[in-house]
Amino acid sequence: MRNFLNTLKQLRKYPSAIIGLVVIAAMVLFSIYVIITLPYSRAISLWRGGENTWQYNPRLAAPTWTNLFRARDLPETIVLDSTDERYPSDINKRSETLTEITTTYEFDYFYDDFPREITLFIRSTHRTKAPSISLTWLTPDGREIRIGQITPKNSDSFRISLDETLKRRLGGLNPEVGLFVNPEGDTQTAVEGTYTLIVSVVTFEPESEVTTTFVSYGKVHGWAGTDHRRRDLSVALMWGAPVALAFGLLAAAGTSLATLIIAGVGTWFGGWLDDLIQRITEVNLILPILSILIMVGTLYNRSIWTMLGLVIIFGIFGGGIKTFRAIFLQVKNSPYIEAARTYGASNTRIIFQYMIPRVLPLLIPQLVVLVPTFVFLEASLAVLGLGDPVLPTWGKVIDDARGEGALFNGYYYWMIEPFVLLMITGFGFAMVGFALDRIFNPRLRDI
Amino acid sequence: MAEIAQTPEGLVTTPEKTRKPESTLSRIAKYTGSRMLSLMLTVVLGIYLTVLIANMGGYVDTIRRSLIREFVSLAVAGNPDLPNMTTEEITALRESMIEVEVERQGLNRPFLLRSFSYLGNAMALNLGRSENMVSDTGSRLVRLIILERLPPTLVLFATSNFLLFFVGIVGALALSRRYGSFMDRVIIALAPTSAGPGWFYGLFLILIFAGLLGMFPFGGMVGAPPPANRLDYFLSLLRHLTLPLMAQIISSVFLAIYTWRTFFLIYSNEDYVELARAKGLSDNSIQQRYILRPTLPTIITTFALNLIALWQGAIILETVFNWPGLGRTLFQAINLVDTPVIIGSTVIYAYLLALTVFLLDFVYALVDPRVKVGSGASRA
Repeated sequence: MRNFLNTLKQLRKYPSAIIGLVVIAAMVLFSIYVIITLPYSRAISLWRGGENTWQYNPRLAAPTWTNLFRARDLPETIVLDSTDERYPSDINKRSETLTEITTTYEFDYFYDDFPREITLFIRSTHRTKAPSISLTWLTPDGREIRIGQITPKNSDSFRISLDETLKRRLGGLNPEVGLFVNPEGDTQTAVEGTYTLIVSVVTFEPESEVTTTFVSYGKVHGWAGTDHRRRDLSVALMWGAPVALAFGLLAAAGTSLATLIIAGVGTWFGGWLDDLIQRITEVNLILPILSILIMVGTLYNRSIWTMLGLVIIFGIFGGGIKTFRAIFLQVKNSPYIEAARTYGASNTRIIFQYMIPRVLPLLIPQLVVLVPTFVFLEASLAVLGLGDPVLPTWGKVIDDARGEGALFNGYYYWMIEPFVLLMITGFGFAMVGFALDRIFNPRLRDI
Repeated sequence: MAEIAQTPEGLVTTPEKTRKPESTLSRIAKYTGSRMLSLMLTVVLGIYLTVLIANMGGYVDTIRRSLIREFVSLAVAGNPDLPNMTTEEITALRESMIEVEVERQGLNRPFLLRSFSYLGNAMALNLGRSENMVSDTGSRLVRLIILERLPPTLVLFATSNFLLFFVGIVGALALSRRYGSFMDRVIIALAPTSAGPGWFYGLFLILIFAGLLGMFPFGGMVGAPPPANRLDYFLSLLRHLTLPLMAQIISSVFLAIYTWRTFFLIYSNEDYVELARAKGLSDNSIQQRYILRPTLPTIITTFALNLIALWQGAIILETVFNWPGLGRTLFQAINLVDTPVIIGSTVIYAYLLALTVFLLDFVYALVDPRVKVGSGASRA
């Protein structure tokens, strides 16, 4: 143990190892933070929530901080709700059945670019007679634009930016542009200032109530942006960390420990058992592992735990077994094992208490070097569309981005974010692993 | 410790050998025989496992049966005589057609029996016909499908592997001569970048060179429509090849140089190299005669195994770049549950691997006089 600590101390001599250790520590802390602040069940329900969970999120919005690097500020999303006290409704009862409700939404708009979409969500409690809603738009420079009139269902949404009549009235400009631009001035930039939307509702039933939500979808959102299904990417980017770490560490530890034990047992007993293990290793060498993983993913089950199990099973009889076998062959003939045999130590005792602990330090660099391989393997499977069906992972974000042509359409943030996280994690482990390898492997120490 | 442990055994075996001198020929023959046998057994087992997995242990049969049922039902529904037939007649007609189709596909035999005939056919390289996939020329022969996809894979991976191999060895030799230099430390620092696979860097290169700069295409092998002129075709191929080639090289070149450099350094610390240096031999001749010569077996092994790895291409790199090679074909085959194509691709890989491992033993003996075929010290 003291030896082990000493070698760890040697790590200080390698700056890359220190960077790597810091990265790993940061990743572990971040994962713990994620698991505590965003519990698993909540993350899953958010990620698989569908349209309703995310209906106030913009589609394909870049992260907000990208505005720092842009000449033209992209708008954020503005959500205004009639139940909010800041937008009081003016209720005017005209008769027994006829009520007029007027909501005035005022909001500041200080962006150069236009919103992605504008929508008014309407919830009405009418039974048979639907209310009538008319919308009026006031721009900061004092123009008044009639947006239109609708008779909503109980739960409805008025997609203002898709309204063809409004588009014609705005001179062929898309409403999300036409409502913000000064028709006489520069047609590329939105007029900045305070906009007003007047929603006047006329209900025809005494009990009927109407609430509305106005959403001007932005082109930037949160620190991570959103994808084509309006999902906030931060959920997947955050949960990708514990998943990647768990998969990488479990697979690496499972594979190398199992390899070590099997090599130890095989070498100790020798004979047919050793031969059998060698043959299995050779058969395993011929099997196309990635193809098998893809086959299992396509035909049976894509759960990340199935993949983990398979990866470990195929990894056990990998190249590592030959390396360990060579070391165990030396250990088996060393005097202290001879001594143990003479005083009648059992086979299990010799294997697990004398042989394996002796080789254990050599396992550590191998284990650390293996972690990034498995982290990237998970991402690789996801990129082939075989990611876990439930869990949000970095690989699945890359897969979605690829599927939606993110690089082709210029949504670079979508690809870059999971990419950078994967790279940081992979390199962190790889840097530590390389340094450990040079420390533990005496032939490399001075090289 | 290793030497101490091995010496007594060596002492015991050597006198025995001198007492019963075995002729080189019989030793080689015996060794070749047992080695071939064990390799064949390995190939058989590996392929049989693939057969089992590709058929989902027989479950694919159920899928095939329901597919047959669906197609036959559709065919029967489109029969113009249908209005003149009774329900029983229709059912009888459908069942008989299903039976014929089941028999035609051999599904009436139990899966276990069929799995062995799959194995036999595969071993005999009788690859048969695909179930869904069609080659560009319209053929269903697995052999043709594979042969058609081989050239793109070869172009991409042969180029990248040859480049990697030579850059790796030449760079490593240069670095091992002056280790500790700035370049050396840069390469060591960059070695961990090889943790990322080729497709990973591929995406990044697409982002920069195709998305932002627009210098290279996003994917594919030649422009559409393919240029008629030979030269234009070649130039278009070159343009499409650049990004995947770069991705493949970036993802492994630093690790390759690092590994070879370390390897050469270990060998250049041997006593005989020191002696050669003391004799005042030139750096070049030391490198060629005292460092490269003894490391030749390892170099050859790496090169051979790299060449075989070509066969499977890189499923994901080819998918990311839309490269019409073997890897992507295999992926398509798996998605379509096209068992014959999957097995065909695997069996060729297995044979190539076994053959290479087998031949390498003899190559070792040829290039390294210290190694004797079948002398027990062979390595797989």
